[in-house]
Amino acid sequence: MSFGLDSRMLRSAAAIAVFAAIGMPVLAEEISVVSGATGSDLQDFPAIVKPWEDKTGNKVTVVPMPSSTSDQFGQYRLWLAAGATDIDLYQTDVIWAPQLADHFVDLTEAAKDLIPANFPSIIQSQTVNGKLVALPIFTDAPALYYRKDLLEKYGVEVPKTWDELTAAATKIQEGERAAGSGDFWGYVFQGNAYEGLTCNALEWVKSFGGGQIVEADGTISVNNPKAVKALETAAGWVGTISPEGLHAYQEEEARGVWQTGNAAFMRNWPYAYALGDGADSAVKGKFAVTTLPVGAEGDSSAATLGGWNIAVSKYSQHQEAAISLAVYLAGPEAQKMRAIMETHLPTIQALYDDPEIAEKSPIIPQWKSVFMNAVPRPSAPTLGKYNEVSSKFWSAVHETLSGNGSAADNLAGLEADLTDLKGDAW
Amino acid sequence: MTASTTAIGRESGRSLQQQRRNAAILFLAPMLIALFCVAAWPLLRTVWFSLTDTSLNNLYGGRFIGFDNYLRVQTLSNGTVRYKGTLVDPAWWNAVWNTVRFSVVSVVCETILGLIVALVLNAEFKGRGFVRAAILIPWAIPTIVSAKMWAWMLNDQYGIINDILLHLGIISSKIAWTANTDTAMYAVLMVDIWKTTPFMALLCLAGLQMVPRDIYEAAKIDGINPVKVFFRITLPLIRPALMVAVIFRMLDALRIFDLIYVLTPNSAATKTMSVISRENLIEFDKFAYGSAQSTLLFAILAIFVSLYIWLGKVDLSGEAG
Repeated sequence: MSFGLDSRMLRSAAAIAVFAAIGMPVLAEEISVVSGATGSDLQDFPAIVKPWEDKTGNKVTVVPMPSSTSDQFGQYRLWLAAGATDIDLYQTDVIWAPQLADHFVDLTEAAKDLIPANFPSIIQSQTVNGKLVALPIFTDAPALYYRKDLLEKYGVEVPKTWDELTAAATKIQEGERAAGSGDFWGYVFQGNAYEGLTCNALEWVKSFGGGQIVEADGTISVNNPKAVKALETAAGWVGTISPEGLHAYQEEEARGVWQTGNAAFMRNWPYAYALGDGADSAVKGKFAVTTLPVGAEGDSSAATLGGWNIAVSKYSQHQEAAISLAVYLAGPEAQKMRAIMETHLPTIQALYDDPEIAEKSPIIPQWKSVFMNAVPRPSAPTLGKYNEVSSKFWSAVHETLSGNGSAADNLAGLEADLTDLKGDAW
Repeated sequence: MTASTTAIGRESGRSLQQQRRNAAILFLAPMLIALFCVAAWPLLRTVWFSLTDTSLNNLYGGRFIGFDNYLRVQTLSNGTVRYKGTLVDPAWWNAVWNTVRFSVVSVVCETILGLIVALVLNAEFKGRGFVRAAILIPWAIPTIVSAKMWAWMLNDQYGIINDILLHLGIISSKIAWTANTDTAMYAVLMVDIWKTTPFMALLCLAGLQMVPRDIYEAAKIDGINPVKVFFRITLPLIRPALMVAVIFRMLDALRIFDLIYVLTPNSAATKTMSVISRENLIEFDKFAYGSAQSTLLFAILAIFVSLYIWLGKVDLSGEAG
């Protein structure tokens, strides 16, 4: 009896000595990370955190969430408003920082070595009133995916303008359908009424030279002839080169059509690259990516700036460990793994010159310039009202795509709504 | 001795009544407390929030602002007067209209179909117990699961519904059921009817089994045609059970949320009161505004149910007279 007690004490004393010697917390902590499930992010997560777990002896559990960013936001807002202690780290969308800033820990001090390595614009997007709300773990800028084999077969060039895209998609779709694939479509994108449609439509409007909905100084610019032209062009795709069900497509639905070989072009984020090149993909080795088309010669291509960050909850009971994990997840080691396994664009500048990444994920070095010129959604000027602005914008676009009202009428209505919403100031 | 016994008797009589009352209060208390905690308190709090400018980031710091969330008058600098608030919000009235339309159509269809199913199940046939159990399956599946399942079946590209209809030659091209604003409401209605008809059938069946068999035998001997039997005997006799079933379903349908949230989120064609108030409460930074919509939802529900009970009673008494 007394022997057992002694040995137990002895063992714990030894353990304390060992931990103290290598400077680690005495107790292994369990850290919960909540993250949306798009592509293979969740499957790869254990492998990415393994080195950190081994080093610190802590355990990380990932709490899966739906892939829709709007759904995630609703749930997170509730948890944070209730001061939930169950979740230590939140994976946050690039547009959330101003809305959730109060609930997260300032990471400026913890990440002081990491900050200079990142692109300043991304750090800027996550800083609210001088507080670094979240650390970027990857950035995103969409690509136009196209089928090399089909473009060659029908003798079409890689499209530079939206009109060329329409023409090429029509030609390929007609040819493929005549050849017997009745389900073949020319172009798929994200047309569901959700945040993703805001991204898509912002690209159309911006690449036609129609501004970015709400400009950086807060002026509402969305109702202009170029934006109308952009939406009219997009509305013309639905039912012709794009399936009608597109009104309900998010990223994964579009990828479903594309990856089964049923589309000639797709607008999607870089994550679809690694998955499209997977062993079970019907388009493996048959596709390439380019920048999204422009409205007319002379306009510049627009890609909506996406990207995800990791934030530490103010209500976490394991803050020290959580901050250490956040710094690890945003660090070069984890970003490199993500770049290779999931083709997620790093936010650390040096990784774009990494030879291993260049070899395994060729899209990444090619994408540096695209993301450098990416268009931010108007979350900074519209502050806490961004979600409502975005919702009103995507609703107007969705109505236009569904054929309810003309682009001009819907945008005029949107402008009135936004002016109302803005009031005296955002 | 005698006097003291009566005194004791009187005393114990009083105390017995007292005791009974105390016991009743004691037995009711847990339920009343539970109901207060899970129903009355949240409701009162929602009503309170709707009269403040509370936001989700600052739940306890709201100021009282009266009925501004419901209706307020703004005078702009150029002298124009305009009205703001939920009561003049077209999105809200669109949601009210969607909800009412959805509720009426779904409850009517479910009642008719449920009654038919119940009549079938009320007949004597082999394997009746098995069929009764099998018919309940749609009701037993959690709504989220069945909604997701139907979302896949209704998918325009790889959904089985389009595939079947195409092969049967009923449609010539694939229909985007949930995405198309013209068909979205039908899709939601179809799934809801599929899901809830078993519930109605069960309640109708319970009513049918209360009808004494000898009435049918008498009707049979008199040679009355079955259709007449149904409308003159069955329907009046199961009416009370049917009324209760309809009220249950109506309450349920008026606050529909999960099915629509999964099948057609964000579609103005199907957005209901619950969906729009959640959107304001959580997604937009308008917690108090959403609370006002929740309060209105409660009020509309209460009015509907009171009206229904009232009108139902009038009908019944007219018949009795």
